[in-house]
Formats: sequence, C-alpha cells, structure tokens
Amino acid sequence: MTAYLIRRILAIIPVMAVVVTVVFLLIHLIPGDPVGVMLGPDATPAQIAATRAALGLDRPVYEQLLKFYGRVLRGDLGYSYFLDRPVTTALMERAEPTLVLTFSALLVAVVIGVPSGAVAAARVGSVWDRVLMLTALLGVCIPGFWLSLNFIYLFAVRLGWLPAAGYASLFSDPVAAMRYMVLPAVSLGFNQSALIARMSRACMLEALHQDYVRTARAKGLSQWAVAYVHAFRNALVPVVTVIGITMAILIGGAVVTEIVFNIPGLGRLIISAILRRDYPVVQGVVLVTAAAYVLINLAVDVLYAFIDPRIRYD
Amino acid sequence: MTDAAGESVAVPLAVPAPGQRALWARRLLSDRNVVVGTAMLLVVVLAAVFAGVISTHNPTRLDPERRLQPPSARNYFGTDEFGRDVWSLVVHGGRVSLLVGVTTMVLTSLGGIAVGLAAGAGRRMDLVLMRVMDGLMAFPAILLAIALMAARGPGVWNVIVALSVVYTPRTAMLIRSTVLSLREQDYVQAARALGRTEAAIAVRHLLPNCVAPLLVQGTFVFAYAILAEAILGFLGVGVPPYVPSWGNVIASGKNVIREAFWVSLFPGLALTLAGLSLNLLGDGLRDRLDPRLRVR
Repeated sequence: MTAYLIRRILAIIPVMAVVVTVVFLLIHLIPGDPVGVMLGPDATPAQIAATRAALGLDRPVYEQLLKFYGRVLRGDLGYSYFLDRPVTTALMERAEPTLVLTFSALLVAVVIGVPSGAVAAARVGSVWDRVLMLTALLGVCIPGFWLSLNFIYLFAVRLGWLPAAGYASLFSDPVAAMRYMVLPAVSLGFNQSALIARMSRACMLEALHQDYVRTARAKGLSQWAVAYVHAFRNALVPVVTVIGITMAILIGGAVVTEIVFNIPGLGRLIISAILRRDYPVVQGVVLVTAAAYVLINLAVDVLYAFIDPRIRYD
Repeated sequence: MTDAAGESVAVPLAVPAPGQRALWARRLLSDRNVVVGTAMLLVVVLAAVFAGVISTHNPTRLDPERRLQPPSARNYFGTDEFGRDVWSLVVHGGRVSLLVGVTTMVLTSLGGIAVGLAAGAGRRMDLVLMRVMDGLMAFPAILLAIALMAARGPGVWNVIVALSVVYTPRTAMLIRSTVLSLREQDYVQAARALGRTEAAIAVRHLLPNCVAPLLVQGTFVFAYAILAEAILGFLGVGVPPYVPSWGNVIASGKNVIREAFWVSLFPGLALTLAGLSLNLLGDGLRDRLDPRLRVR
C-alpha cells in the first residue's frame, strides 16, 4: 500500500506543474497590455509601470513563470488591490460557503442516486426501473442553473416554504443555514444523483450476476436479502470512484449555483473578480479549485485501493 | 445476438466499408434512442435554421410598453423585461447554441485526433502530451472555461475556443487509448512488417478505426458545449448580452423570476430538449458502435 501511495502522490507533481503553468499563462492570454486592461482607461503611465513592476510583468516570461512557481509553493497567490488583501486571505474568507454547498450537494446526490440505482437494478425491466432511469436521464439533461431558478420560483416565490437566496453560516445559525442550503444543495445535487444512479444500477446489475449471488439464492435467501445485503455491498466499491468524481464536478457546479442563490462563496468571488478585472483573484480561485480537484481524485484513488486491494498490485 | 445475461448485444461496428453503409444505417436506425434523439435534434436544428421564418418578432427589438407580457397568441412565450418576444429570442438563440456546439465538436475532434494520434502512435511524445492533457483535465471544466473567458473577454468565437480547449483533452485521451489497443492488432503489425511508415499506418489504419468512438464522444461534446455556452452566458462571461442566446435569456429571466417565470422557463426547456436529444443520440450511438461501453 505504501508503494502505491508514494507512486500515486508522485504522479500529481507533473499534473500540478501543468495546472500552475496554465494558471500563470491566463494573464498572458489577455489581449493587449494586461496591466492596462486591469487598471482601466484612466490609469496614468506611471501607475501602469508601477503595477507592471509590482506584478513582475516587466521581467522575461520564463523568469515570471519561475517566480510564480516559487510563490505558489510558498502559498503566496498574490495581492488583490481591489479587495485590499492577499488573495489567500480572500479565498479563505469565501471558502466556507462553497465547501458547505459542495458537501450538502454531495449528500443529496448520494442519498438520491445510490438507492435509486440499486432499486432499479434489483427490479430490472420493471416500471420502477424505467421510471427511475428516465428520471436519471432527465437529471443528466436538465441544466442545473435553470433547475435552480425553477426551484426558486416554485418553493420560494409561489409556496414561500424556503428563502429564495442568501446564506447563513453553519457555525453561527445552523437552522437558518440549513433553510438557506436546501434549494441550492438539491438543485446542484440532483444532476449528479442522476450520474450516480446510472453507475450504481450498472454496478449492481454486474454484482447480481456474480457466482456468490447465485450461491446466496441457492441457499434459499430471499430476493431482498440477496440484492440488498450481498450484491449491494460489493456493487458499492466502484461507485466510490464515481462519488469522488462527482465531488470534483460539484466544485465546478457550485460556482454557478452560488450566482443563482447569491451565496458569498468562491463562485461569486471569481465572477465579481472577472467583472473588476481582478486577475490575481481569478488565478487564485482557479488554482485552488484545480488543486482541490486533484487532491480529491488522489483521495478517491487511495480509498479505492484501500477498499479493493487488487488495484494496488496493477 | 445475446450475451450471458440474455440481453441483446449489438455487433461491434468499426468503420463501414462502402458496401456496408446501408447495413450500418439500418442498424443505427433500429436503435430507439438514435431515432428519438435524431428526431428531437432535427426539431431544434430546423427551428434554428428557419428562425428568421418562424419567429414572430425581431428578437433584438425593444418594446418597453409590452414588457413582461405573459404568453399569449401575440407572444407565444411572453415578453421579457425589455419587451422582447421570448419565442423569437428562443428560436434565434438556438442558432448561437448550435453554432457553438457544432464548431466546438469539430475543433475538439480535430484537436483530439492530432494529440491522440501523436501520443498513441508516436511513443516519444506520449509522456509529455499526456501529462499536459492530465493537467488540463485537472481543472473543473466550467471553471477553466470561465477563466479563459475572463482572459479573452466575451464573444462567440472566444466561447468556442475556450470550450474546445476544455474538451479536447477528453477526446485526445479517447483517441490515444483506441490507438494503443489498435497498435497491437495483427493487421497493423502486418502493415508495419510490410514497411509502411508510422505516419501511413496512423492515417490508413488507425484513424479510420477511431471514427466510431469519435462519433460517440463528439455527440456528448456537442451536448456539453451547448450547456456550457448557456452557463457562460448566464454568468455574463459568454456571448455578449445583446446577442440572443439561451443562456443570456435565462439570465435576464433570473432578474424577473418573481413576476415573469416564463422568461427563463422557455429557453431552459429548449436547452433541456437539445441536451436530451444529444444524450439519447450519444447513448444510442455508443450502444450500437461500441457495445463494450454500454451501461446495462
């Protein structure tokens, strides 16, 4: 396991190197002079020159890249002149809502997706199977941000059951936090529950055709016990991978959901940074999110290897 | 033909020889998902192509006196906060979505073929190219698209380029893995033994056999691109707000959701219809062209 772990951790080094390089290059993709674009038309040549020097943009590109690597390794993601604080501070201030939303949506996706897939597989070909898989197909196709708007209209505007938008911290007011989080988490999680349901169904169907299931049936166990005790546990193993991928996708989806529900997380931070042309913040959000994505994938791989020892010896 | 589970299995179809095209088409048309998906997609495409004919108003014409009118015989899908006709906006918006979807699919396929073939057929470049692809795939897709749009600014072409950069690595990985499995086939070994160059083998033998997986992947890229374009428009970083697009109209509907739910409802339904058609088509093509990937 240790050798596998080391191999897997080493594999993320080149991936992160590419990630950091792409994030660095973002500022160089800006048409024209990036500093002029950032400061706007009213900036004086002296201000532009000073900012260019402060950002290191007056140095050769390779030197800028090496410096950027160095800063990232030290945890320094630059300074936001608009927010008047280091980018890392701004990111930490906005991380909580995004994390709460991502984990809540993951919970919704798993709670809906895994049982739906298992039931559909245990009753393959039945009306249940068809209805659940049709729902899953629609779940894949319905745009999450549009679903969010419809939820707001139905549950907040028409029925008045839940707040239309906003955020309360889980640590200061847990009840209000949960009320605010229901609609965003369900609309973000529903899309992903569809993927988990389809995968769970496929894995469960495969498990139901294994020899140990036939043996369990031959022993006279009920269909329920065979499906949900014997097959289900083994079917869950590959589903762990999908749940990990889902988690990573949810981070991207959270950006959009935050805009719809006015949640003050990383998504709103990056969109407002784009409108302000606050590029260090844009780079910081993208870099941290990609790093989280890579680390989640690493955690999933390690967890998968822990659950299924065959993976370690491949 | 049936598998061990008693379920029907399609015969793998790699590339149709000229004489097999009718059989290929017949097999595809026997799949319900392909037929339903194609029919739904045709509706969306025809609506977009004939938008000038079937729209009842000029989609960019502002009419403040008729703002937020509910659906009626005069405005089938109602009007938005500027008095623009939502039906006309939806059919014209389909043009932008389909343009972005098709172009992204083509560019992604070309980029995927170039990188995938170079990596799969030419071993020397494999390591570097695949690490770059891994790195690009480490970004959540929509976030990388947002970041690229932040750098390049709003515009249809910038959306297409951003989405092509985002989705090319997935296609490249697919082509590479297909090429790697094909390299070991007897007929490729035979071509090599006959003295064919690696480039000739790639073009004559490997590329034609990548068509089927590419077609399946392309359909899904088309669906992702349409959705991503709408998301970028909704966030205000996609095509400029004055261009009618489904994402832009949904974004304007967000501001008036309390008074006029129809503004965001209809473009969202159009987006869902387009996504559903492409997903059905992609599922059907995958089942028929590559049964190994079928989710039972």
